[in-house]
Amino acid sequence: MRSPPNAPAGAGGSSNDPSPNPICRRLLEKVRSMSTRLANQGRLIDRSKPIEFTFNGTRMTGYAGDTLASALLANDQLLVGRSFKYHRPRGLVASGAEEPNALVGLGTGDRFEPNQRATTTELFSGLSAQSQNHWPSLEFDVGVVNNKLARFLPAGFYYKMFIHPRPFWKHIYEPIIRKSAGLGQAPDQELKDADTYEHFYFFCDVLVVGGGVAGLQAALVAAKSGAKVLVLEQNAHWGGRAPVDGGMIDGDYPEAWVEQALAELTAMENVTLRNRCMGAGVYDHGYALGYERLTDHAPGQGGPRHRMWRIRAKQIVTATGAIERPLSFAGNDVPGVMLASAMRDYVVNWGTAPGKRVVVATNNDDAYRTALTLHEAGIEVVRLLDTRETGGGALMAEAREKGIRVECGRGIAKVKDGKCVTKVAICAQNGQGGAQEEVEADAVAMSGGWSPVVHLWSHCGGKLIWDDAQAHFRPDPERPPLGADGTGFVVAAGSANGPLELGHVLADAAEAGAKAAKAAGFEAEAKPATGAAQDEAPMQPVWLMPARAEIDLRMKAWLDFQNDVKVSDVQLAAREGFESVEHTKRYTTLGMATDQGKLSNINGLAILADSLGSEIPQVGTTTFRPPYHPISMGAIGGEARGEIFQPLRKTPMHDWHEANGADWEPVGHWRRPYAFVRAGESVKEAVSREILNTRQNVGLLDASTLGKLIVKGPDAGRFLDMMYTNMMSTLKVGKCRYGLMCSENGFLSDDGVVARIDEDTWLCHTTTGGADRIHAHMEEWLQTEWWDWKVYVANVTEQLAQVAVVGPKARMLLEKLNAEAGGGMDVSKEALPFMEWKDGEIGGFTCRAYRISFSGELSYEIAVPASQGQAFWDALMTAGEEFGVMPYGTECLHVMRAEKGFIMIGDETDGTVIPQDLGLNWAISKKKEDFIGKRAQERSHMVDPDRWQLVGLETLDGSVLPDGAYALGNGVNANGQKNTIGRVTSTYHSPTLGKGIAMGLVRHGPKRMGEVIEFPGTDGTTYKAKIVDPIFYDKEGEKQNV
Amino acid sequence: MLILECPYCGVKAEETELHAGGEAHLKRFGPGSSDDEFHDYLFMRENPKGVHFERWRHVNGCGKWFHAARCTTTLEVFGTYTAQTSAPPQEIRDAITAKRPGWSWREFE
Amino acid sequence: MSDPLSALAGARYAGLATIEEAGLQGMITLRGDLSSKTLQKAVKAATGAAVPQTRRIAVSDTGAVAWMSPDELLLLVPYAEVVDKTAALTDALSGDHALAVNISDARAVFTLSGAGAREVLGKICPVDFDVSAFKPGDFRRTRMAQVAAAFWLDEAETFHIVCFRSVAQYVFNLLMASAHPQSKVGVY
Repeated sequence: MRSPPNAPAGAGGSSNDPSPNPICRRLLEKVRSMSTRLANQGRLIDRSKPIEFTFNGTRMTGYAGDTLASALLANDQLLVGRSFKYHRPRGLVASGAEEPNALVGLGTGDRFEPNQRATTTELFSGLSAQSQNHWPSLEFDVGVVNNKLARFLPAGFYYKMFIHPRPFWKHIYEPIIRKSAGLGQAPDQELKDADTYEHFYFFCDVLVVGGGVAGLQAALVAAKSGAKVLVLEQNAHWGGRAPVDGGMIDGDYPEAWVEQALAELTAMENVTLRNRCMGAGVYDHGYALGYERLTDHAPGQGGPRHRMWRIRAKQIVTATGAIERPLSFAGNDVPGVMLASAMRDYVVNWGTAPGKRVVVATNNDDAYRTALTLHEAGIEVVRLLDTRETGGGALMAEAREKGIRVECGRGIAKVKDGKCVTKVAICAQNGQGGAQEEVEADAVAMSGGWSPVVHLWSHCGGKLIWDDAQAHFRPDPERPPLGADGTGFVVAAGSANGPLELGHVLADAAEAGAKAAKAAGFEAEAKPATGAAQDEAPMQPVWLMPARAEIDLRMKAWLDFQNDVKVSDVQLAAREGFESVEHTKRYTTLGMATDQGKLSNINGLAILADSLGSEIPQVGTTTFRPPYHPISMGAIGGEARGEIFQPLRKTPMHDWHEANGADWEPVGHWRRPYAFVRAGESVKEAVSREILNTRQNVGLLDASTLGKLIVKGPDAGRFLDMMYTNMMSTLKVGKCRYGLMCSENGFLSDDGVVARIDEDTWLCHTTTGGADRIHAHMEEWLQTEWWDWKVYVANVTEQLAQVAVVGPKARMLLEKLNAEAGGGMDVSKEALPFMEWKDGEIGGFTCRAYRISFSGELSYEIAVPASQGQAFWDALMTAGEEFGVMPYGTECLHVMRAEKGFIMIGDETDGTVIPQDLGLNWAISKKKEDFIGKRAQERSHMVDPDRWQLVGLETLDGSVLPDGAYALGNGVNANGQKNTIGRVTSTYHSPTLGKGIAMGLVRHGPKRMGEVIEFPGTDGTTYKAKIVDPIFYDKEGEKQNV
Repeated sequence: MLILECPYCGVKAEETELHAGGEAHLKRFGPGSSDDEFHDYLFMRENPKGVHFERWRHVNGCGKWFHAARCTTTLEVFGTYTAQTSAPPQEIRDAITAKRPGWSWREFE
Repeated sequence: MSDPLSALAGARYAGLATIEEAGLQGMITLRGDLSSKTLQKAVKAATGAAVPQTRRIAVSDTGAVAWMSPDELLLLVPYAEVVDKTAALTDALSGDHALAVNISDARAVFTLSGAGAREVLGKICPVDFDVSAFKPGDFRRTRMAQVAAAFWLDEAETFHIVCFRSVAQYVFNLLMASAHPQSKVGVY
C-alpha cells in the first residue's frame, strides 16, 4: 500500500509567507494577510514550475496545476469581486463550477472574455484577469452604498419602485440601473474574436458524464461489456472529489485506484476519454453536447479554442457528483466564508487556505473531514459547530481525539461584516441568535449537506424525488427521460444519484454502468470496486441558522450570492403571494444568472416552503435547462465564421465579375453583380450606363443562377399543367412559354420560361431563389400526392452557365462569333424566332439558345456547360468589343423589366398576391379543370373586385417614388389609422425615359387610369403620382421581336 | 433533437438532415369542393397530445418524403413508413396500439 | 469549345488529411426503375459496374455507380465520354420511363485522404465515421456543415466527396478548417 498521496509530511506544516512578490504582498496586507501557500500540501500543483500572472494589473505568481482561484488565494487575494446588487465584497465560496462570486474578465483585446470563473480557469503563464462589477476599484466601490440601503432594496424592489412615472423607466431608471448592476463588460464590439472553434459529431453506446470515481466505475463496467464508451470530465484532472475526501477503494487510496482505472480504460479500444470536456446538455433521443476546452489553459498552442461534441448516445450515465450547500447565517457572504469541501480542496489540491484560524459549521459529518484536514495542515480549527444535538459519528470522535473543540447543537449567529472574516458569534442552533460567545477567526467553513447534480438528468425530462434522509432531491429511477423507443435513456450514477458514502457510490455506479450497457444491447455485469469510508451519523436539515433567527440576521443571511438574494427576500416574496417557485425565482432573481442557482436552489426553496407552510417536494424545483454551465458563443457557432460563416454560391463567371468591378448583391446564397462599377463611377452611374448601353448596343447578363429543372415522363405534361397556371402540355416542341406557379393557397410563388425539349421532356426555368424550392415543390407533389404519375425531375441548374445576350446588336455579336468559328447556329429571326429555342453551336461552343427577353430588347439566353462558362463569356466580350458590349448587373435587369412592366417575384409578390392582381389573367388557363392554387383563387376574397391591382405609377415631377410607400384613401379604419388604397411595389429612375417610374398595387387601379394619388414618404414629403399603364417602354413589343 | 429512420435509405437521420412537412394523410380538395372542405384541407390541422402522424423529407439525404408516427408528449417514435399511402399501414397501427391502447387520430384508430 | 474548367482547378491542402479537388469527372444522374433489367444492363454497359445495394457504390475499372435514392443512381464515367454515354443511356432506355442527365459540370469532386480523413469529415457531417460504421464502398448523402454533399470511401481509405459546383470554394474552405494541423481529435 502506498502512503496517502495527500498526507502532510509533518504536523504543523503551516508555512511562512511563500509569496514570491513581497511588494504586492505588502500592499495587500492592509486588507488582510491570512491566506497563504502551505508548505506540504497541494497534490495538483507542481512547485518546480512557477507561473506569472496578473490580477487587476498586479503581478502575481502561482504554480502549474493551480486554478486562478487557488493562485489568488495563495497570493492572499481573498476579495475577488463585488456582488450584483449591493456591491458587497465577495470572496471565493467554492472550488469548482458552482462558484458564484469569483467571476473575472479574462484576457485582453480580441481575446477578452467576461464572466469567467476563477475556479474553473487553469492558470497559465501571462494570464491576465480583471475583477468585475465595481467602480472605481475592487477595494473601494461607490456602489456599496446600495448595501447601506439594503433594507430599502428588498425583493421585487425594481418592479415596485421604477414603475412610476412610466416614461422615467426608459430614459432615467434603466440606464442608471444598467450601469450600476450587472456582471462583466461585453467585449469591444469593434473587435473580432481571435480564436477558432469547431464541432465534432460522435456516436457511442454509452456516454458517461463525469470522470470521478463513479463515472470511472460506471465506464469500466460498461466498457467491459464491449459497448463503445465516451467519458467526459469537465476538469483537467480525473477522480473528482474522492482523492480529497479519502477512504479506501479496493484496499488502496482513491487516487491510486483512479490512476489504475484510467490506465485500464485508456487501454481499451472501445473507450474514449476526454478531460476538460463538460457534458453541457442532454436532449431528445440521446443527443448530448460536450464542451471541450482545448486551449483555454494553454493559449497560443494553436488550433481551435473550443470543440463542441455533438454526441448521439444510446444511453447516458450522469455521474455528475454532488454539490455542497451553504448554511444560511448572517454574514455568510463575507470573504473567508467558504464551503467546507471547497476549503478542503484548496488545502489538499493546491496547498492553500483562506485563513489560519477557522470556524467550521455543519449539519453533517462530512465537514469533519475539513476540520481534520485543516488540523493536519497546521491550521487552527477554532471551533467545530455541529447543529446536531448529538453531533456526528466516527469522524467526530476522531476530531475530538485530535483535540478539535467540537460543540454540538450550536451554530453561527453572525459573522461580522467586512472585507474579511474577523469575528464569529456563536449561538444555539435552536434559538433566535442570542450570541453565547464571540470568537476571533479569519475564515469559516460551512456545510449544509449535499445535493446531487441532477441537471443533466433533468434537462430532457427526468423527474426527481425528495430524499428525506439526505434532505435533497435525487433522480427518480422510475421516471427517467425517454428516448425514441419510449424507454429511459439516462441513468444517474454515484452521488449524482443520491448515495454519498464511497462504498455506496461505487456500487451504485457499477449498477448504473451495467444498466446502461444492457439497455444499449450488451451483456454487462455490475462488479463494483469495494469502497470503504467511516460510518457517518445522519445529517440534520438546516435551512436557517439559527433556526429562529430574528429579522436583522435573516436580512444578512444570503441564499444566492451571485444575485444578492437573502432569506428575508424569499420570505417577503412568499408573503406577497409568490407561491410558485418559478415565480419566486423571477421575482427575487434567486437562482438566475450564470450559476443558475447551483448553490442556492435547495436552500431557497426550503425557505419558500417553510414560509408557505408547505413541504419542499410540494414546492418543487425550478426547471433545469442546458447548458449546465455557461459555454462560449464561439463553440455554439463552431466553424461557421469568417469565410465559412455561410456558404457563398458562385457561378462559373464569379471570379471574372469580381475582377471587373462587381458590386455584389446577395440573392439567396448566391452573389450576383448588382452592377459592374468602373473607376471614377458611382454605382448609380454604372447602372444607368449599363441600361443605356444595353438598350442601344448590347449587354451581357450572367443568368446562370436561374433555376433549370428537367421534367420528363409520360405524365410530365399533365404534371406541369398542375404545377403551372398555364397549359404546358400543349406547348409545341421547340417553343417557349412564360409560366406562373402558385401555392395551393392561390398565391403567386414563382415564374419562369418553360421550354418543351421533346415529346415527353420539358425544361422549366425558375427564379434564382426558386430553383431548390420549386424542385422540392415538384418532388413533394410527385412523391406524396400523384405517386402513380410517371414523371422524373432533375435539377440541372448548376450544370449550365447561362448568358443573356441582350440589345439591338445581340444578333450581330452572335453572328460574328459564328463567322469567326466558321459556322454555327442560324440565329436569324426566321431560324430562331421569339419564344423558341434551339440546340447547336455558337462560336464553337455547344449550347442551347433561347429567344426569350426580360428586357424588351432583342435577346438570346444561351446555356453552355458550366465548365465552358468563363470561356464563352470571354468570347462574347472579345467579339462584342466592336459593338460596345458591356456586362450588366441585376439592377439594370430590374430597371429594364420595370420599364417593360414585367413583374418580379418578391417585388410585386409578397405571398398575398394572386396572378389576377397583377393583370396576368392571360397566363391562367381557363380550360384546365385543376391546377395548384385554382380552387383557392375561387374563394370570395380572391375574386373580390376591391383587391388591389397592378398599375404603373408616375410622379408628376419625374422624381422617384419611395419604395414600399402606401397611398392614402379617405377616412380611418377601426384602429383610427388612415385608410390605405395601395402601395408601391417597384420603383426606379429610368435612364431610358429620363424620369422616375414605378409599379404598384392600387384599389380599382386599372379603372383609375390618369388619376393622381398621394403617397406620404417617411421623409415628411407627400409624393403625388399618376396612375398609368405599367408598360412604360415599347408597348407593342416590337423591339424584342426582331 | 429527434432521430427518424428514413424508410427508403435506412439512415437514422437527425433533424438537421430532415425537413418537417406537417401533418400526414391530408386529403386534397380541389376545384368543385365546398368552401368548408377546402378550408379544412388547407388550414385545419390536428394538434394532438399524444399519437400523431407527420410528413418528413430526408432532404439532406435521399430526398424522399416519408411518414412518421410518433408521440408528441414523449417523442417516442412508433415507426416511419412510405409516403405513398393515404393511411397508416397496419404494422404501424399495431405498433402504436401496443404502446398506446385505444389511440385514435382523425379517422384512424 | 475551350478546355473545360473544373470549379477549383485542382486546389490542394495538406493538414490532418490531404484535400484535393479531383478535377473533371463525368457524372450522370439516372432516374428510373432500379430493378429493371434493361436499366441494369444499360448501367453496366455505361460504367462496367452493376447497380449497387442501398447506400453503396459499385466500382469497376472504367466507372462506378452510386446509390442515390430508391429511383436514382449516380454514374461515374470518364469526363470525355460523358456526353456520349448519356446519349447511349437515353437511347437504351427509350422504351422505359427513365431520365439520364449529364451533371458533370454541376458538381465538384474532392478527395480526402490520410489518417485524419474520418475525423475531418466527422467535424462537419452528422455521420458516424467509426471504422465499424462507415466502410469502404459505403456511399452517403448528407449535410456538410450548411450544404448538401455526398461521399464514398474507397479501399485505400480515401473519401471521394461530391458537392454542388457553386459551393466548391465553401466546401474546400470548410475541409481546410476541419483539417487544421492542430485540431486533431484523436478518436479514429
